Amino acid sequence: MFGEDGLLNELLVERFNYCVYVVLLLIGLYAMIAKNNLIKKLIGMSIFQTAIILFYVSIGVKEGGTIPIYVAEHDPHGHHAEHQAHPEEANATEETEENATTATTLHEEDHGHHGPRSLTDEETSDYANPLPHVLMLTAIVVGVATLGVALALTQRIYRAYGTIEEDAVLAAILAEDASTVIPDVLATKPKRTSSKSRKAKKA
Amino acid sequence: MSENSIALIFVFPLFGAVLCALVGRKSRNLCHPIAVASLAGALWGGIETLRRVIASETNEVSYYFGGWNADAYPRGVGIEFRADYLGALIMLVVVGVAFLVAIYSKLPVAEETPEKEGPFYTLFLLQVTGLAGICLTGDAFNLYVLIEVAALTGYGLIAMGSARAAAATFNYVILGTIGASFYLLGVGYVYMKTGTLNMVGIQEVITANGLADSAAMQVAFVFICLGVLIKMAFFPFHAWLPNAYFHAPTATSSLLAPLVTKVMIYVMIRMTLTVFGVDFSFENTLWTEVIPWLVVIAIVCAATMALAQRDVKKMLTYLIVAEVGYMVGGIWVYNYYGFIGSIFHIISDACMTLCLFLGVGIILRKRRTTHFDGLRGLFRKMPFTMGGFFVGGFSIIGLPPTCGFFSKWYLITGGMLAERWEYMVALMFSTMVMVVLFFRLIERIHLAVTESGENIGHGHGDLALPESETFFDEAHWTMLVPLLLSASVVLVIGIFNQDIVNLIQDFLEPFDLPKGTGR
Repeated sequence: MFGEDGLLNELLVERFNYCVYVVLLLIGLYAMIAKNNLIKKLIGMSIFQTAIILFYVSIGVKEGGTIPIYVAEHDPHGHHAEHQAHPEEANATEETEENATTATTLHEEDHGHHGPRSLTDEETSDYANPLPHVLMLTAIVVGVATLGVALALTQRIYRAYGTIEEDAVLAAILAEDASTVIPDVLATKPKRTSSKSRKAKKA
Repeated sequence: MSENSIALIFVFPLFGAVLCALVGRKSRNLCHPIAVASLAGALWGGIETLRRVIASETNEVSYYFGGWNADAYPRGVGIEFRADYLGALIMLVVVGVAFLVAIYSKLPVAEETPEKEGPFYTLFLLQVTGLAGICLTGDAFNLYVLIEVAALTGYGLIAMGSARAAAATFNYVILGTIGASFYLLGVGYVYMKTGTLNMVGIQEVITANGLADSAAMQVAFVFICLGVLIKMAFFPFHAWLPNAYFHAPTATSSLLAPLVTKVMIYVMIRMTLTVFGVDFSFENTLWTEVIPWLVVIAIVCAATMALAQRDVKKMLTYLIVAEVGYMVGGIWVYNYYGFIGSIFHIISDACMTLCLFLGVGIILRKRRTTHFDGLRGLFRKMPFTMGGFFVGGFSIIGLPPTCGFFSKWYLITGGMLAERWEYMVALMFSTMVMVVLFFRLIERIHLAVTESGENIGHGHGDLALPESETFFDEAHWTMLVPLLLSASVVLVIGIFNQDIVNLIQDFLEPFDLPKGTGR
């Protein structure tokens, strides 16, 4: 269990990020469901969303990885020297192996071609996949917007009920419901007094 | 123009929303015409898209925003919008419903949320953009973003009502965020295993690499389905829906009630059929065994709760929860006819729920309440409104020739052929409950009987009401025309159901679903 291939080793060393994300996720979920204070619920919501962001960012991490920008002079393997005439190649990101091969073949056939080209697996081996991180930029924006809407709602609830404790709000709502009288529609307009008086007579 | 029809569905409402936000401060009266005009444009784009899908050989049309098209780049680079029969039909329902509600919303918005036309129509149009986008997007992460666009604008639209609406929206925000986040988490696991976010790409990788047994994919499937079930207000997760829709302003509930839950059911069909694939989704016996039973509980509980309500609008919100159970059941009985029923029921349920909520909105405006006690003698006052309302009601019950009859017919056929008797019994039970609900309403609306059963007329119910209480007092035409149109759509879809079912069958044919029991 504690050895090189043990469960604990795997959980705490290799999969540490994923463990943290699960713990954060559960803390957030607990706060959202169990807390009574609306602001605490929202703090839970933020933790919950941050946990997912941590998860996505962990997917994209690569040990010793670098940002996917083509930098010929920092090339650790020297494979890129032959392509220096084509700096726009940097556009390309990781592709499937098939596409990469086809693109390279095309490139070798036509050296005058300056369009985007797929890099080979070897060339991209140091790149960290940027997509999960980019997706999380969107998710962060969504999270901020959700939090903003939720805070505005909390403010509105506080103005209306004078509290942000959920049970107090519920109690106020129940009291409001109990005091609501359903209007007798047939007696709302002066025209209809006749029916009302008839009803009264019968009673 | 025609080859960009998919883009036009989004361009019109999106720029309409920007325009509303800009002119909304100065000239509030312009917002309503802008909303109606931009939705008319979107409707045209939607019809054009469906026409192109029918005309195309592969029965689907793709559109790449930003020109990242499939010829020059491999699949998965850039975001693809793909319209097949399923997506195009549901999208057309979304845009059509939104168009009718936009016409209808003129008076309710001016009266219930005075001086807020600008923000209201901005959110309204963004909501439609989000919902239509969910139906057409071919990218799993883009779907998440659009779900959140629809959700965030929905929160705003609901919270524009009373303080009660704000309190109800808070619960919706919490549950909605949990649901959408679970979906996002599931997409993360899918991306981990497949390396693509394109829906067709995911399906190709799953089949090519035999990922059906992968634990990570199973986790992804559970997270995605759980998230979608929360968002669609499936029974144990339904708590946010009744209060939010009940306290929302009339125009908001008329837009959200027919669409939001149905669009999420579309997402579930899309995920199970197109993304994960039939083998992956249904051969995992645990889900096909368990979900139909959960559906039974959902339908029975929601129908019973609807029966307990003393308010028409509240009752309808519980009916939505019951209808969600119908459609989820249609998917998970795992039968060809169940799927036809589910997809057709999305369309027909959107139309009939629209019809009922438009009717309720008119009652609320005239009577200031939707409580059962406030309904007396309505038929004599507003015969056309009540006629339209009851077409929707009969469709919910499932009386021919309304569309509700045919969709329920396919659902029951699916349940029978799949030998899920419990699902059939639940459907029958729910139908009985709805008969009780709507005939109780008819009685109250036609007769002048008080709560204690005392007849306040001369002894013959409505006919005996005094003259002063039966004067003709029909709704304003901007509200009446959308209601009557939606009622006629309910009838037209019912009468021409075979044409729509043919399209759905064309969509379902390649998936090779079992026509008998799949177990």
